[in-house]
Amino acid sequence: MSSTVGTVLVLGGLLAAAFGAVVGIEGGLRHRAGALKVVLATVTAFLVCMVGANLTMVYALVTHDFSVHYVSQVGSRATPLVYTVVSLWSALEGSILFWGAILAVYVFAFARAHRNDPPTNPLLALGTMLAVGVFFSFLIAGPANPFGRVTPVPPDGPGPNPLLQNHVLMVVHPPMLYLGYVGMVVPFGIAVAALLRGQLGDAWMSVLRRWTLIPWTFLSVGIVLGSWWAYAVLGWGGYWAWDPVENASFLPWLTSTAFLHSAMVQERRHTLKLWTVSLSLGSFLLTILGTFMTRSGVFNSVHSFTQSEIGPTFLVFLGAVLVVSIVLIAVRGPLLVPEGALGGVASRESAILLNNLLFAALTFTVLLGTVFPLVREAFSGVRISVGAPYFNRMAVPLGVAILFLMGVGPSLPWGTASKDAVRRQFLVPAAVGVAVVLASVLAGLRGGLTLLTFGLAGFAATVTLREMVLPVRVRMREQGEALPLAVWRTATRARRRFGGYVVHLAVVLVFVAIAASQSYVVHTTATLTTGQSFRLGPYAVQLAGLRNGVDPHRRWTAAEVDVTDGQGRHHLLAPRMNFYERSTDPIGSPAIRSAAFEDFYLTLLAFDAATPSASFNAWIFPMVSWIWWSLPLFVLGALFAAWPERRRARAGAAEPLSVPTKARSPGAAA
Amino acid sequence: MTSATRNRLFALGALAIAGAGLAFVAFGNIGKNLVFYWTPGEMLAQGSKAYGPTIRLGGIVQPGSLRWDANHTHLTFRVADSDKPSAASVLVDSRETPPQMFRERIGVVVEGTFDKSQTFTSSRLMVNHSNEYRPPKPGEQDRWKTTVSAPTAEAR
Repeated sequence: MSSTVGTVLVLGGLLAAAFGAVVGIEGGLRHRAGALKVVLATVTAFLVCMVGANLTMVYALVTHDFSVHYVSQVGSRATPLVYTVVSLWSALEGSILFWGAILAVYVFAFARAHRNDPPTNPLLALGTMLAVGVFFSFLIAGPANPFGRVTPVPPDGPGPNPLLQNHVLMVVHPPMLYLGYVGMVVPFGIAVAALLRGQLGDAWMSVLRRWTLIPWTFLSVGIVLGSWWAYAVLGWGGYWAWDPVENASFLPWLTSTAFLHSAMVQERRHTLKLWTVSLSLGSFLLTILGTFMTRSGVFNSVHSFTQSEIGPTFLVFLGAVLVVSIVLIAVRGPLLVPEGALGGVASRESAILLNNLLFAALTFTVLLGTVFPLVREAFSGVRISVGAPYFNRMAVPLGVAILFLMGVGPSLPWGTASKDAVRRQFLVPAAVGVAVVLASVLAGLRGGLTLLTFGLAGFAATVTLREMVLPVRVRMREQGEALPLAVWRTATRARRRFGGYVVHLAVVLVFVAIAASQSYVVHTTATLTTGQSFRLGPYAVQLAGLRNGVDPHRRWTAAEVDVTDGQGRHHLLAPRMNFYERSTDPIGSPAIRSAAFEDFYLTLLAFDAATPSASFNAWIFPMVSWIWWSLPLFVLGALFAAWPERRRARAGAAEPLSVPTKARSPGAAA
Repeated sequence: MTSATRNRLFALGALAIAGAGLAFVAFGNIGKNLVFYWTPGEMLAQGSKAYGPTIRLGGIVQPGSLRWDANHTHLTFRVADSDKPSAASVLVDSRETPPQMFRERIGVVVEGTFDKSQTFTSSRLMVNHSNEYRPPKPGEQDRWKTTVSAPTAEAR
């Protein structure tokens, strides 16, 4: 039953998307205003079909309908309900199906927000997005069909990958990343529409910027949550390994971050149009490349579920998108003429230009290191990978330069600046940076690059805070407002700037946390019998004993460990090894004692119940949790920047740049 | 030539040089940081080319080759292409505590370097569980149950 319903819905979605894509692009090119109504109807049909197909799958999973191919692969009667629902995206076919639903939601949201705009641009954009929808629903209907029928019907299934049902983060992290990945379809559609029309006005640019900010926010959250998951679940003692899958999510983040900056230059100076549009196309291409890498099984990792047949289909699609993008840029790009010019060397726009070049360089190096093994293997058959030292050696200097620019850019005015003014701007922040370095050295910290990062973080944070505080003080002085009111008014009157600076603070936090946790990590391994102990830094670790337990879907053995910290406080940690009924290998769960400035991280490597004894890997990671604490700042900043500016739009006449379209864009995370 | 065109050409030239420099540094760095995936047979076939670079050596632990030193801190074993006695094999030296599943005949991946003394010095020892998750085949169920039979018996 579910099989049939699901298949019909997917085919319906394919038809709706195909019809809407043709009508949209044709209608947009010929400026047929009437076509928009038809396209909006196909968008709704696409949404109903894709969401319906997903609900059908969830129903099949929850009712343990093992006649459905996908359920027979990931379902199991022993799996708790949450993980049964979540297993919708725990394997290949289901994740592509889920992908299709998110795509449909995005396209629908975009259509709702712009249904009253002049129709040409929305028609072209929706047509393009639906064309992408055609590909995904084709993928679901054909090579990655989750609704196939299984005969005879098996009595039970294996359950989802144990690694994916070990932690609650698994419920949150993939949808966040998908929302980020799939959302890049929208800016792609908007950018293609601009190129097809051969014009990119302020209004459409504002639409493009806002619809990039939304997936960018989800992508940021998804990446941070993903590193948290790797840290809290995988137990190898780290949060970022330059794994191809991590890189796949990082690459579009880099290009879309570059976009968000170059978009400011485009709005202020009316130049860099083609470059900005190219970044949008590039971000989408990189998400498709990322999907290909994570879903086709070309790389071995947690995320490559199986060897699958979708690889060639994806490659064809990737090639098609690449060709279309290049042709559009080559043929239509010259129509996007710059209407302004860049200012002097020491100006905001120059700093942003340099920032964009650094982001492009970083994208290039990460991309190179990620695809190099694939290319080399394809041509010479040698199996290799590129080691983490390559990425660190290349990315760290570029990252440090970007951190420096985060302090420089906001200090410089648009256009041209006088040398004296520039000097005055830099004096205090530079002094703070030097003071941070000196304080760190006095505190006994060493390591040139790390200290440089701390100093630049102090510099950039000071600049950012000053830029946030100055307008507040001006308001308090000139309008006589109280502090809270002045903060609120400043934040809401210049949302984008305020939100941007909040995100900058989050990024500074991440930089400091990464530098500290990478540079000052301490690690040891030890084997203890009951009652024995070992020391790591200020921590004394004593094995109290082994304990066994049974959950519905697994058995586990935990080593009960008494950890005494530097202040003499005792903490009971219990790193475990889980044995899933249906898995051949045990899966560890690390135990983490997290404090404000450092984490004590303990994993169980092996145990012997007879002695009893246990072997451990232990780490001290300074400041590592600050990486995850940056999350609220990221979200808060992005919300401020993306929130619709209704009040401003109503007073449209006074604000030449804010056109009516702006008002109808939806809020970021709504 | 107007000054604007000249500026643009100058900027493009600078960009091209910067891009070429970046590519040069990146490719140089990649060359120095490659990790090779070899089986013992493949690695031995490389001859002296295998001395030096980081290698991920994949194979199975040869039966009867496991040796602990007196303090139980130092482990040596041979990694072989297959469990046939005639299969190519390499002596591996590890100072790490091996993971729970580690034993004779199990698939392992050791990361480290090989040298003239024909010893592979391991910096990381991983039991090679299939990345591709699948339920155990008939008869395979015993694989982990044997190692944890004692604790599971207690748990029941």
